[in-house]
Amino acid sequence: MTAPAQDGYQDGNALAGPLGELFAVDLTVAECRCAGCGLAGPVASLRLYGPAPGLVARCPGCEEVVLRLVRGPGSAWLDLRGAVTLRIPLGSEDAF
Amino acid sequence: MAIISRGFRGRAREGGGKLPPGQYLTDDFPVLSAGPTPRVDTDRWEFTVETESGQAHRWSWAELLALPYETPTVDIHCVTKWSKLGTTWRGVSLDVLLEDVESAADYALVHSYGGYTTNLPLEDLLDGKAWIAYRYEGEEITPAHGGPARLLVPHLYFWKSAKWVRGIRLLDEDWPGFWETAGYHDYGDPWREQRYQDD
Ligand SMILES: [Zn+2]
Repeated sequence: MTAPAQDGYQDGNALAGPLGELFAVDLTVAECRCAGCGLAGPVASLRLYGPAPGLVARCPGCEEVVLRLVRGPGSAWLDLRGAVTLRIPLGSEDAF
Repeated sequence: MAIISRGFRGRAREGGGKLPPGQYLTDDFPVLSAGPTPRVDTDRWEFTVETESGQAHRWSWAELLALPYETPTVDIHCVTKWSKLGTTWRGVSLDVLLEDVESAADYALVHSYGGYTTNLPLEDLLDGKAWIAYRYEGEEITPAHGGPARLLVPHLYFWKSAKWVRGIRLLDEDWPGFWETAGYHDYGDPWREQRYQDD
């Protein structure tokens, strides 16, 4: 549980549960690069607004939207347009 | 169908038939945010209407306040299931703002300070159905609730009533907005419970 911070956002650690429903790896430790300003940092460092009507994670550098996640009754919608890349830490034995 | 659900849902009577399906009544005014709250100084505030041919119409804050206003009392319905009945606003009807705008567009994309967008058919902004509201219950609209001015289009789910409204683009094609590109319904009629894309 992350306490709400100033101006109504939490840190991106609070994405662990909602993203954990979609992905086998913990994406909050992935490094994402903002498409707006190029800032790179862990998903956990994003500023997270919501949860309703949806989760909106914004860059701490430029406040642009990096990730959006809407959970409907039978579907989730994930928008990563604001992220250039996600660098996801994996075990080295799986390298190719 | 209607007869069954009327007898079936005790809660529907709570609002005396004014509560759309799946909604509950609240006396609060919950604040939902998708980003930092813009603080827009009325000295530099402006509202623009841009037509499909690129023609722009602009109003300053003083010009907006000089237009004839209405004081609609309306029920509002949020897609997160709360409804609030009998809210009173002061604002300028879009019929007034669009009166001298020449356009054959079918769609509108509303945009806000802070970058929010939402789309709706242009006809849903006309005929007394929508306002640029700048007072709520006799007071200035606070920034948290979308002040200095927000769109008020109460017959659709409240995400269409864009806070911090800055302008409207009139378009020949439907252009989905912020929530409409992330799973929410393109139109959002609370009486047909159009919450998500396939509803
Ligand atoms: Zn950025």
